Amino acid sequence: MKLVTAYIRHEAFEPIRTELLELGFPSLSISEVKGSGRQKGITERYRGAELTNYLRPKVKLECVVASRDVQTIVDTILKHARSGAIGDGKVFVMPVEEAYRIRTGESGEETLQAHPDSVATP
Amino acid sequence: MRRSRLARGALLGLLALLALPAVAGADTLEAAGNGVLKDSVAINSIWVILAGVLVMFMQAGFALLEIGFSRGKNAGTVVAKILTNFSIAALMYWAVGFAFAFGPGDIIGSDGFFLRDYGDPQEAFAVMGLSDATIESKWFFQFVFCAVSLAIVWGTTLERVKFGVYIMYAILFAGFIYPVASHWVFGGGWLQVNVGMQDFAGSTAVHLIGATGALAVLLQLGPRRGKYGPDGKPRAIPGHNMPLFGLGVLILWLGWFGFNPGSTLGALDGRFPEIVLVTLLAGGAGVLTAIITAAAKTKSIDIGMAGNGAIGALVAITAPSGYVEAWTAPIIGGIAGVIVPLSIYAIDKYLDDPVGALSAHGVAGIWGTLSCGIFTNPRLAQYNAFGDPDGGLIYSGKFTQLGYQALGVVVVFAFVFVLSYITFAIIKATYGLRVSADEEDAGLDISEHGMYGYPEQFIPAPELIGYATAPGSRDIPVASASSSKEVTA
Repeated sequence: MKLVTAYIRHEAFEPIRTELLELGFPSLSISEVKGSGRQKGITERYRGAELTNYLRPKVKLECVVASRDVQTIVDTILKHARSGAIGDGKVFVMPVEEAYRIRTGESGEETLQAHPDSVATP
Repeated sequence: MRRSRLARGALLGLLALLALPAVAGADTLEAAGNGVLKDSVAINSIWVILAGVLVMFMQAGFALLEIGFSRGKNAGTVVAKILTNFSIAALMYWAVGFAFAFGPGDIIGSDGFFLRDYGDPQEAFAVMGLSDATIESKWFFQFVFCAVSLAIVWGTTLERVKFGVYIMYAILFAGFIYPVASHWVFGGGWLQVNVGMQDFAGSTAVHLIGATGALAVLLQLGPRRGKYGPDGKPRAIPGHNMPLFGLGVLILWLGWFGFNPGSTLGALDGRFPEIVLVTLLAGGAGVLTAIITAAAKTKSIDIGMAGNGAIGALVAITAPSGYVEAWTAPIIGGIAGVIVPLSIYAIDKYLDDPVGALSAHGVAGIWGTLSCGIFTNPRLAQYNAFGDPDGGLIYSGKFTQLGYQALGVVVVFAFVFVLSYITFAIIKATYGLRVSADEEDAGLDISEHGMYGYPEQFIPAPELIGYATAPGSRDIPVASASSSKEVTA
């Protein structure tokens, strides 16, 4: 099992989400985060004084998948999140030791499977 | 060189002309000094100014309504827009607008430019002669109407229009389009005098004109990014603040107690409280029927539709408010409250109108104008001295007045739509109507104004108070490829 964490532009989320649903990966979390990388800051002017804002908003997307599915997930993210401009974001893949489904207490890779009913529902 | 000197000479000449004392002001002062200024002048002027101030407050109502229905990244721009438009309208209406709208003439008014050299104001602006309020008070009242109409235009353009578009169109709208069209309807022009169209306070002359401009710009501007999915189905883009929207609706409603009753332009005939009652009843009925209609369609008590129902009903009662009896007001407002939500649902399938301006001001404005043709009471038609003295359909059994009303709606819509569409087409071809996709995503507050409406929501607190690692020159690698004015999120 692996944890895929991606920092992406806001507008990249919708196409990624749509394709992951189609591929049968409905389980993910997002957070709105602010961070800095190579992308430049933006300058705000407030009553004549300047304020440069280096921490830019991004969407942080996280999902845990079976190791064999990692490449599919990463490819989907790369495909839709790449605009070619600085600030497209980054993807990290990390190992996961164990996973439990709280409702049933079961553990292991089967907890990552989508519920059959949920796959087609956006 | 020669040309610029000529222009400078002309400008100086114009300023010198304006420096001469204005006739009306001098007359009023002289009359008061001689002890012959009638009390009625003061009483009527007080009422007209008070009503005008209430109508000016409607600018705050429009601002809050639009801010509430916009996303938080487009909140500040509305403030700049309302202030700029209101100010352009004031200067244009003073320079030429009022003369075109209320001066003598069937097609276009021709007296009162810069509000001077018109002779006797009661004769020059005869259509307002029923009241002896001073001309400055009447001017102010008519100007705030123009500003309301202009504010309505921009309801459809939220969150994507370039700021310069406001300025260019506002000059033409307040200087020509609104004055000419409103002159025809309630400024003593041909629709009012020769045809007999009735529009007491402007369902057509203010609200339909504004909504027509709103349609003309929307057709060329297109929807907000993401409003329509890949399958073409409309998606909700929720606004960020329903309490502000609600405050906006209530301020507009309050303003309407100046808008309709103030159109008596005087207090001495005691008509204005009756019109307050009519206005209130219509608005109340509109809220209730809009809630019921929306609940029947969507199974929920829709907060936005309750507000849109109020506005639609108030727009509808605007034309008939001075022509109908109080018992008709809940009918006129109630029907508007049904029409407005249905119209919003229908329009949303094809056109992105974020606040429902086309429905609440356009469709309800048409209904209100037509309702005069049904409900106008003969006694009030005769008192106001416009239209068929036998009254509307239910009193006269004739379609005469309804026909006048329909003709007025068609003529005004066509005139305003054609002029506005051409204007926006020219602006689109030269300056452009829309901001870029990146700017739209970042929001108009930061991309058009360089500042956020809610800075704390967009700038992390550590950076805001200045202790984050910031100076780009020292240790943050600066990307050379991106432009210095980069705004993409």
